[in-house]
Amino acid sequence: MTHRVHVRIIPRPGLLDPQGQAVEHALGSLGFVGVGSVRVGKAIELQVGAASAEAAEAAVRQMCEKLLANPVTEDFEIEVEA
Amino acid sequence: MAHVAVVRFPGSNCETETLAAVVRAGGTAELVDYRATSLGTAEVVILPGGFSYGDYLRSGAIARFAPVMAAVQAHAAGGGHVIGICNGFQILCEAQLLPGALLQNAQRHFTSRPVDVRIERNTTCCTADYARNEVIRIPIAHGEGRYVADAPTLALLEGEGRVVLRYVTVPGTDMPANPNGSLNDIAGICNATGTVVGFMPHPERLADTTLGSDAGHRFFTSIVSSLASGVGT
Repeated sequence: MTHRVHVRIIPRPGLLDPQGQAVEHALGSLGFVGVGSVRVGKAIELQVGAASAEAAEAAVRQMCEKLLANPVTEDFEIEVEA
Repeated sequence: MAHVAVVRFPGSNCETETLAAVVRAGGTAELVDYRATSLGTAEVVILPGGFSYGDYLRSGAIARFAPVMAAVQAHAAGGGHVIGICNGFQILCEAQLLPGALLQNAQRHFTSRPVDVRIERNTTCCTADYARNEVIRIPIAHGEGRYVADAPTLALLEGEGRVVLRYVTVPGTDMPANPNGSLNDIAGICNATGTVVGFMPHPERLADTTLGSDAGHRFFTSIVSSLASGVGT
């Protein structure tokens, strides 16, 4: 069975995120007040054939650890659509 | 004679001048396709600059799984010399042959200009012909050159003398140091044995006096003389 999986990859806290900074400045200059700690990451969507949602999540976790995210600089979250 | 393999990935764009720089220094070199499964008789492998696989996902993230990388990993594991220049450095970090990672420049844009770098370690195969702490001016050209690593890794690199190149400001010049926000002004590092070396600047782009300077030429004479004398092997 096929599962729709969403992966969110976010630069690790503590690391300078120049894109996040630029977006934060842009939001401020557009008049949005009270915005802080903006971080820009990536969203990846996949269709994964697996026997269960748990198996799909386990497979995508391996994909994240091997390729999709850099363990030195990024954290990731996996969501399998119900 | 030193024989060098220069790997060409889809999107490499510095392989020809890298190969020429080796030959100019008196070595022999060949281009090796990214689909190759062997490095032939090469004693040194260079991963050149460029935008392998379009820098998709992250710089070097896809190239590290190219077929040739198994041979590069085996070469490194056997104590062979591996050098990564710019995108090659990014690939070596992604492949975990070197620690840390290279992220988007702090100033957010691609930067192409000369930098002053100090050769802090001259016991690698590509820096042996420089004096220790010699400062040279060679170009950079990258958008993702900000070296980061966690604090223990940085302490290890500093403690073991594994910072090979560091961005510096030369007194009396107006050349700003640290062009990308790299931690500890790191421009290049090596592995624990000094056999795997990666750096962001491009010595191959300034290795002939017809270009106004050959400040990078000795990276390549170093390779030739190191292998001839067995230094660092």
